[in-house]
Amino acid sequence: MNYNVNEKGYYGDFGGAYIPEMLYPNVEELRQNYLKVMQEPDFQEEFKALLKEYVGRPTPLYYAKRFSEKYGTKVYLKREDLCHTGAHKVNNTIGQILMAKRLGKNRIIAETGAGQHGVATATVCALMGLECIVYMGAIDIKRQAPNVARMKMLGATVVPAESGSKTLKDATNEAIRDWINNPTDTHYIIGSVVGPHPYPDMVARFQSVISEEVKKQLLEKEGKENPDYVVACVGGGSNAAGLFYHYLDTPEVGIIAVEAAGKGIHSGESAATSALGKEGIIHGSKTLLMQTDDGQITEPYSISAGLDYPGVGPMHAHLFRSGRGEFISITDDDAMQAGLELCKLEGIIPAIESSHALAIFEERKFKKDDVVVVNLSGRGDKDLNTYIDYFKLA
Amino acid sequence: MNRINKKLQESQKLLSIYFTAGYPELEDTTTVIEKLVESGVDMIEIGLPFSDPLADGPTIQESSTAALKNGMTTAKLFDQIKDIRKTVDIPLIVMGYFNPMLQYGVEKFCAICAEIGIDGLIMPDLPLAEYEEHYQATFEKYGLKMIFLITPQTSDERIRQIDAASDGFIYMVSSASTTGKTSGFSSVQTDYFERIAALKLKNPQIVGFGIKDEETFKAATQTAKGAIIGSAFIKTLTEKGLDGIEPFIKSIRP
Repeated sequence: MNYNVNEKGYYGDFGGAYIPEMLYPNVEELRQNYLKVMQEPDFQEEFKALLKEYVGRPTPLYYAKRFSEKYGTKVYLKREDLCHTGAHKVNNTIGQILMAKRLGKNRIIAETGAGQHGVATATVCALMGLECIVYMGAIDIKRQAPNVARMKMLGATVVPAESGSKTLKDATNEAIRDWINNPTDTHYIIGSVVGPHPYPDMVARFQSVISEEVKKQLLEKEGKENPDYVVACVGGGSNAAGLFYHYLDTPEVGIIAVEAAGKGIHSGESAATSALGKEGIIHGSKTLLMQTDDGQITEPYSISAGLDYPGVGPMHAHLFRSGRGEFISITDDDAMQAGLELCKLEGIIPAIESSHALAIFEERKFKKDDVVVVNLSGRGDKDLNTYIDYFKLA
Repeated sequence: MNRINKKLQESQKLLSIYFTAGYPELEDTTTVIEKLVESGVDMIEIGLPFSDPLADGPTIQESSTAALKNGMTTAKLFDQIKDIRKTVDIPLIVMGYFNPMLQYGVEKFCAICAEIGIDGLIMPDLPLAEYEEHYQATFEKYGLKMIFLITPQTSDERIRQIDAASDGFIYMVSSASTTGKTSGFSSVQTDYFERIAALKLKNPQIVGFGIKDEETFKAATQTAKGAIIGSAFIKTLTEKGLDGIEPFIKSIRP
């Protein structure tokens, strides 16, 4: 079976480009050019140089000794938290800003939920001297004040999304509307492996540097390129797509995707799309989607602002339906405990998104000599207030 | 002959109105339709509200949110309009986003539309390629016309593809925008209208987006067969209620 995108933009049953005609010229321009541009030697050279010198890649593959001892298996952490701006998001924004420049665009728009992708976009726009407009749900703007300040310091305009539920999905709608209204000079930097084809594939390719590095690093450390398992949290799924990418067609590597169960899958406050979603269309992509019986998109919940997306990238929907991926959901409580545990055992404060991936070791048992690579997608600085409130630290 | 084709043969400067079903009140749907017919409109687009209307500006977004809050659903709409053909004989089109249709079941949706006497569908986020590959046969089986959009950015080549795949009219979006955004037409729009007219397409074109008064209606129907008003009509409903319908329509086409 093919787990990657086909020539029509589908991963199995999922994907495609369900977009209004107003977006067709932009999306089609990107579709016709993205692979060609990415293969150009000068693009590759500039992309790799920026990842190395500016982002700080390669990020370490760190053997978490005390964490491994506790769970009786070999756990490696892919340290995306050490990337410039504090998460893997910047791998994609570097790639897309170079793409935008080559397509002759001088105005950049983006959506953001918690603000990580917004910050990563504002950062690369500052780097390249391009105008940057970030759409962010009005409710998220209140919840994530430090990231709003960071974006403003970096020169971006932050526009509140006041429509619908005023969170990530509405910010995405507003960014799409902006693109409809600015069809010639604007590139939309989508932050995850979602949206119309070719976005899921393009973003996955930019993030695939994660598994490219893991292969080399694991060869040095374990004498083999392939771990037994790769584990990553999934909201839209970009860090997971990056870690899974070079292992999709290697069946001996188990793929584990970790979703946010929120207050419990059946609590009515959850973001576990694979468990709760049905096939549908969101933001131009056919995928698994949390929705009412009537096809209205519902609002997900997670303590982690990076995981509360009502859909999941089409690659992940296909990994789920085909059985290639094992999907586990982790509650707020279990994620918070796992986050604190990593602080105590390894001296690393993880983003709450990443803590979901760390939490599976309590319930999912691995063999003693299994090599398990967990993507530590982001650092926890942005989540300090949530940690403080949750553990009553102040 | 389908009511859409017939109407397009008969009428010039055709006026079509979009409204959101279940707005302002849940049970207003059929009253709005009947009042529009009494006021002399030529065609109606019944908007099936969606939680995430990507191509719409604030006015239609807000009416959609309100309609959903009122309790509007696909099944509810079909129930409200099940007897509409007893009183209304102008073309009726259902306009909505694709996901609610997908959840209802595409074939079941089409079958009920045909049973009620709906003449066509506008699904802005169901693109040409997906339609042709997966859904065209079903739409045609039930005699439903799929209406496609074109914009000033649509290439001549693609317009010709859309023209070939259409049998009804082409929905000509007046400018690069979401609904309810533009303020009057500039030379950019008139150049675009003339460019399209010069293509001599087999399907007539009806202009939508940015039509809000007599002046913009006249400008749009200089070259196109008709014009669609959505946001400006919804604003009237919001501000003046159902009594505002007739004066609004008369103001567009005195």
